[in-house]
Amino acid sequence: MTSAPLVDIRGLRVEFGSAAHPFPAVDGVDFAIDAGEIVGLVGESGSGKSVTALALMGLVDFPGRVYAERLAFGGRDILAMDAGERRALAGRGIAMIFQDPLASLDPCYTVGYQLDETMRLHGNAEERASAAVRRARALALLREVEIPDPAARLRAFPHQLSGGMAQRVMIASAIAGRPQLLIADEPTTALDVTVQAQVLELLARLRAEHAMALLLITHDLAVVSESADRVVVMYAGQVMETGAVPAIFETPLHPYTQALLDALPEHNLDRARLATIPGVVPGAYDRPAGCLLAPRCRYAVERCRAQHPPLESVGRGSARCHFPLDRQGRPTRDWKVVRAGASAA
Amino acid sequence: MSVQAAALLEAQDLTRHYRVSRGYLRGHSTVRALDGVSFSLEQGRTFAVVGESGCGKSTLARQVTMVETPTSGTLRIDGIDVVHASTDVRRRLRPQVQMVFQSPYASLNPRRTVGALLEEPLVIHRRGSPAERRTAAHAMMAKVGLRPEHYRRYPHMFSGGQRQRIAVARALMLGPRLVVADEPISALDVSIQAQVLNLLLDLQAELHIAYLFIAHNLQVVRHIADSVMVMYAGHAVEQGPKDAIFADPRHPYTRALLASTPSLRGPPRTQRASPAGEPPSPLAHATGCAFRARCPRAIERCAVEAPAVTAIGRVRVACHRAGEDA
Repeated sequence: MTSAPLVDIRGLRVEFGSAAHPFPAVDGVDFAIDAGEIVGLVGESGSGKSVTALALMGLVDFPGRVYAERLAFGGRDILAMDAGERRALAGRGIAMIFQDPLASLDPCYTVGYQLDETMRLHGNAEERASAAVRRARALALLREVEIPDPAARLRAFPHQLSGGMAQRVMIASAIAGRPQLLIADEPTTALDVTVQAQVLELLARLRAEHAMALLLITHDLAVVSESADRVVVMYAGQVMETGAVPAIFETPLHPYTQALLDALPEHNLDRARLATIPGVVPGAYDRPAGCLLAPRCRYAVERCRAQHPPLESVGRGSARCHFPLDRQGRPTRDWKVVRAGASAA
Repeated sequence: MSVQAAALLEAQDLTRHYRVSRGYLRGHSTVRALDGVSFSLEQGRTFAVVGESGCGKSTLARQVTMVETPTSGTLRIDGIDVVHASTDVRRRLRPQVQMVFQSPYASLNPRRTVGALLEEPLVIHRRGSPAERRTAAHAMMAKVGLRPEHYRRYPHMFSGGQRQRIAVARALMLGPRLVVADEPISALDVSIQAQVLNLLLDLQAELHIAYLFIAHNLQVVRHIADSVMVMYAGHAVEQGPKDAIFADPRHPYTRALLASTPSLRGPPRTQRASPAGEPPSPLAHATGCAFRARCPRAIERCAVEAPAVTAIGRVRVACHRAGEDA
């Protein structure tokens, strides 16, 4: 990265609960998003993907607390902004769409009204001044997200739309403020397979045409592998690995990424049984002292259980692992030395 | 179709229509949720049903589990025609067919312990003494990988994967020969999905159960199924052995589904052709082929004449143009 990234997150920590018993939903998130880049944020449920996105939007409310060494958008510190600046950022700088579009749209207002409202708040000066301009732009936006018969759809209420159409309306509303970053939180999880493919194609086309960055949050590794430029893998509130597509899927650095890939049926075409990750994700208050994956990791040794690894850059990406994997998918040589030493003792 | 003597489950032209009200003074309308579906499933095999929402997958599950009676057609379980069977016969057949649902967060009663949940089917069917039921519950818990101390715990104390193990264990308590699994892993995390799929495969090998596996994820179907049926708008558009369907899909909808399924090895999303349009409303009654509005290969004939199911090689396809080479 030569110029400053669009989004720069370092040492992000988001806590909930009381000050006496804080629960860090996110603790140790570092990544950056360049302008116009598609970054996939993957992880299992409870890994902190959505909380990371909400912190970036400035949407973590009391009693949640956000701390970060750096949380910047376009070079400006989000944590230092006052409420008014944040309101301007959410909608114009960053927009967000969610998993269930019908829960995001207001059932009492028409599609046209809701698009109009977005532009009244986040449109350019011309749009804020004139209802006719807003209406023309609303039609153009619906056409842009490939909604058939846009004039009729402006008069429709959300319940008259299918899931796929509603998600397209949400996307239209999100790009109405011409954001530099669109955060899509599981945008296709509630949709059918063929419609999911259409929406992903639409998002890829929009980012290319608008030079907009996209943070694609999903649990589906295959979705990310097809759409993203770079991937951030989260586990139990931490970034475990970041890397470029497709390298991260071919030669993952972190044993967690490797295990996730091995658990996919697609990686087990000629085998009867799938490889599994034993155990479960650690809960709020039973996080291990060392590496969070140590109890479930097939390569864990004493050092992993005792010492928490930092996120370090390793040639083709970065990984939070004492013994990142080589290109053959095996831990590095010092792991063998450590393990041999342990079995000798 | 070839009628095998050993077929555990056999459906011929299975049809289920629902009458729905369209509002005051507007009369009724018919939803053709399941329209002339035929298939058979043998003991110890896995038959996967794939399709998008509204295609009739879950309606099929309700007919097979004898929760509803089909509108027409025949459905034989173990050679007995359940459509025309007496209530008593149906009641005696029900333990043979059990169900696992999509969300183990919704399918387990939060007020009952694991032990009570597992013993309930036995209580309902008046099997064994309380002590015997308890033994049976413990034996089943060991089989699905739950520990003895879990017997007294409540569902909320378990993770999603563990809960789905409980749901599977409950489905197996009556010793069914057929388990209908309606999207059993789609509510679970990736690493947990693999555990539950392995469990289902292990149990099948051990107990020789047949699965009617309903799913939308083709990668999962490819892993677990022996044969596959693709459904669209209540019709079986293509069915056959898994290898044949995945290697050489004949129906344009099957091809569209395969092209749309995200894949780690596939080309980038921008280089893929996904089908236009959305799944049709179940209320829409198209003449001709239901898929023609979205079909890249539709011809005039598709608008007038509904395609009949024809055998092409090892698969059976309902498409006018399936015989042509693509």
